[in-house]
Amino acid sequence: MNHRKLRHNSTTQNQNEQIPAASIPKTCGNQLYHFLWFSLIATCTKLLLIPAYHSTDFEVHRNWLALTHSLPLSQWYSDETSPWTLDYPPFFAYFEYFLSFFASMLDPTIVHLTDGLNSKSHLTILFQRLSVTLSDAVLFYGIYRITRKLDPKQKYLIWVLAVWAPGLIIVDHLHFQYNGFLLGMLLISLSALENGEDLLGGFAFAVLLCFKHLFAVAAPVYFVYLLRHYCRGGLVKGFGRLVVMGSVVVAVFAAAYGPFVYNGQIHQVLRRMFPFGRGLCHAYWAPNFWVFYIMFDKLLAFLLVKMGFHVKAPTASFTGGLVGDSSPFAVLPTITPLISLVLVLLSISPCLLKAWRDPKPSAVTRLVAYAYSCGFMFGWHVHEKASLHFVIPLAIIALKSVEDAKHYFFLSIVSCYSLFPLLYEAQEYPIKVLLLLLHAALMWFGLSSYFGAYVPKGDERSHSSAVVRNADFVIGWFGKSYLMGIVVVDICGQFLHPVVLGNKLPFLPLMMISIYSGFGMMYSWIWQLKWIIGSI
Amino acid sequence: MEKMKIRKNPPKPKFSDPDTGIWSWIVQRGTVASFICISLFALLVRVCVSLHPYSGAGNPPKYGDYEAQRHWMEITINLPVKEWYRNSTINDLNYWGLDYPPLTAYQSYFHGLILRCFDPKSVSLYTSRGYESYIGKLLMRWTVLSSDALIFFPAVLYFINVYYSGKPIKEKTSVAWHIALILLNPCLILIDHGHFQYNCISLGLTVAAVAAILSDRDVVGSVLFSLALNHKQMSAYFAPAFFSYLLGKCLRQQNPVIEVAKLGLAVLGTFAVVWSPYLYSAEASLEVLSRLAPFERGIYEDYVANFWCTTSILVKWKRLLNMQPLKLLSLTATISACLPSMIQLIWKPKKSSFLYGLLNSALAFYLFSFQVHEKSILLPLLPASFLAMEKPFVLLWLTQNALVSMFPLLTRDKLIIPYIALHGLFILLYHSPGGRQHKKETQSSFGTLRLFLLSCFLVLHVVYLTIAPPRKYPFLFEAVIMLLCFSQFVVIFLYTNTKQWTPSKPSALSTEAKKHL
Repeated sequence: MNHRKLRHNSTTQNQNEQIPAASIPKTCGNQLYHFLWFSLIATCTKLLLIPAYHSTDFEVHRNWLALTHSLPLSQWYSDETSPWTLDYPPFFAYFEYFLSFFASMLDPTIVHLTDGLNSKSHLTILFQRLSVTLSDAVLFYGIYRITRKLDPKQKYLIWVLAVWAPGLIIVDHLHFQYNGFLLGMLLISLSALENGEDLLGGFAFAVLLCFKHLFAVAAPVYFVYLLRHYCRGGLVKGFGRLVVMGSVVVAVFAAAYGPFVYNGQIHQVLRRMFPFGRGLCHAYWAPNFWVFYIMFDKLLAFLLVKMGFHVKAPTASFTGGLVGDSSPFAVLPTITPLISLVLVLLSISPCLLKAWRDPKPSAVTRLVAYAYSCGFMFGWHVHEKASLHFVIPLAIIALKSVEDAKHYFFLSIVSCYSLFPLLYEAQEYPIKVLLLLLHAALMWFGLSSYFGAYVPKGDERSHSSAVVRNADFVIGWFGKSYLMGIVVVDICGQFLHPVVLGNKLPFLPLMMISIYSGFGMMYSWIWQLKWIIGSI
Repeated sequence: MEKMKIRKNPPKPKFSDPDTGIWSWIVQRGTVASFICISLFALLVRVCVSLHPYSGAGNPPKYGDYEAQRHWMEITINLPVKEWYRNSTINDLNYWGLDYPPLTAYQSYFHGLILRCFDPKSVSLYTSRGYESYIGKLLMRWTVLSSDALIFFPAVLYFINVYYSGKPIKEKTSVAWHIALILLNPCLILIDHGHFQYNCISLGLTVAAVAAILSDRDVVGSVLFSLALNHKQMSAYFAPAFFSYLLGKCLRQQNPVIEVAKLGLAVLGTFAVVWSPYLYSAEASLEVLSRLAPFERGIYEDYVANFWCTTSILVKWKRLLNMQPLKLLSLTATISACLPSMIQLIWKPKKSSFLYGLLNSALAFYLFSFQVHEKSILLPLLPASFLAMEKPFVLLWLTQNALVSMFPLLTRDKLIIPYIALHGLFILLYHSPGGRQHKKETQSSFGTLRLFLLSCFLVLHVVYLTIAPPRKYPFLFEAVIMLLCFSQFVVIFLYTNTKQWTPSKPSALSTEAKKHL
């Protein structure tokens, strides 16, 4: 393992040496043009998706536009005109408030609290889709910022991976959400940390938390990292920096929550933001640890019944979607939010230890991504979309070593596939398949030519035929067959299931997808964990 | 095998030119790798465009081209072959009667079978008129998509392989750029996957025919082109070029008569096979033939940017002349417009001038022939995209004008968003980093003229969408668009004709490549 890493380091150095120093300043202007080209290609494709299927999240965000526009701030979090109440932190509400001005200029019914309900006019769709597409500018800026110091060859590949990420297009531009600009903020924060601008990094992360609190999973990592990296240099200086950082964060939170504290709404805001009444798993199981827990429970119950024991059938079922208070498990103990929280913290702890002992700016992206994977694996009521929180940051470090590249190749395919059930209508089927295929093909060609090329051995030009075989980008037979298995699972779920079983067991194809992707996600989590433990 | 090749000759780092470095990771893997990625993207774009409305969606009683194609499927799978082109109580030819050659009918039959399999209501006889449903639309869209992927895409790969074989390519990136420009032609995508037609089949067959002829497989080329003609009679726009190039080539062989006879037999044989159900009597064949030439529809339709429609502002052709003299007039005009290019091809049948010949004859037909539609600009666009490497600017200018000339049509079809997106995508691809360098064309005086025209177009678009035309001239804006586009088409036509006649340098491509080195 170490040996390999070493060897790779030497090769990257070689690659760096190959760039003529004179050409670097000349390329700077071009690079921006190239990056704009990449993002505009993505934007044009996103424009084409405007009339595609969108989920109820579309109406959720439309309702938030309406309620922020027509109600005073004090009623934002208590309004119940629509079942889609506001449950994101205040900055997101302000963001919707900001958007609602443009919406009302375009068509006042969009922002009308009652008339606009379930509005699906062309203008509503156009406005909301365009707002997502335009807000992606933050994502593009984040990607550009975090890759600006890399050498051009790496940049181009990372842009291909991140700017054209299929998962984001599926979730944001088809399913409808605003993850792009939130992830953009995360990337801005990470790029600041990698660059040593800790205060800016902390500030951006605090802002991000006030946009979407699901990003808080990485807060412990940020806390430990900033404490050890920013607040160092003796007791006095360190404390001073702690105060500075603390006041920045408090200022951000005050800006977000202050108006609600002033209006006496803070309890209501918090109650909306943390609805623990929801079950362990979302209607469609995110491919995480709990899938295996549920399946293990079912298996145990089945075996015990076979062996003659009496097992009480659970009153609530997972397949129904909504899970109430009663235990859905037949044999295994019930999971409470507290257990899930403890598990998340426990699984994050290695990376906290790493951040404590060795707070290196170059490793911070990996640590944060790992924290999000832990949140995804063990979190409470996790959405499958949450896998984007670590897939996108991992894209940035996918070229650090051939092992990283292999892992990313694998993970991004699995994560994209696990998003397939979001688009269940026939019309979007070719779109999601083509998105995944295109991404896989680009990744395959890109990563394998990046890592597969022969690199001459430094000075030994005489032995140029005996070139070092750089750690090749090769996916083993096991990985290959797992990825091919995705095709089998999809064919079974999409084509064989309706023919063989008809309308019976409609949940089965979804279950198959989440179990199958669960294995891949589990592998990815263990791989990241191993990396972190290995580097402590 | 391909991997082995690459490893033996490690590509030199190209960071000295950052523009080519950008795609090195993919072009190193060979043409097929770039073709796979580009065609996946092209397919994705096509599927995304197909989400948008088709022509005549929810617009009874006649609907649009979508309904026409669906109606043909309904007719062909429910009636015997002999009845397809015959007016009867069941097959009312006034309601979107078949007016394309038999190959289209067979294709409709085949697609109709698929539709019947999944959504029988959509093709049931008579009752399915104006049938629109979610699944019906999807199935119809997917038939176009699969035709595109199975005919047009492989044909383009064939063409690229032939076109670049034996040419010294120093910049593999340019090949990828060329593929992208052919596959992502916005007009073709908008008409086939937005408006709804099957141009990809006849154009794909034409591409394959051109590729076959460029690789000296003249018989195969003639068969493929005859098939294209039998799918859409509009393919005849290319016929003068095929005819004169092959004739010129045959005349230079040892036995010209045998060569000509060989090709003639291939063409006749293909026609005989395709038309076999209608050859039992002269009457039946004439019946089909009369359906293919809808002279009663007038010399032009809507506001097409060709000679007849543009000059009709000054000269009312339709009122001035009867059908018969008009037909003769347009025939003479078309032939005389084609003639220079044909003579050049017969005189010097070179492969490079063959591509120009295709462009010139297609443009001549578009400008002067009878009954031209806005959509017919797709035909000149195809050879223009073949010439992308030699004359990139012609492709850009022709595509932009073609798009603008179709703008009123696309507005009616509610395809403005894909129009904007694809227009943008095309310009981006044309200027893609690492694509062909086009420094020569940007001369300052020409640049300002171009900028002026582009801003005119922009203003026209906004005006067209926002301002109602004066009541006295309800089609004022269409006329202005048509006038502008027509003038540009004429300029391009004259330019490409002179280019065909001026003796080309040994190979424009290789000299370009040398300059870069």
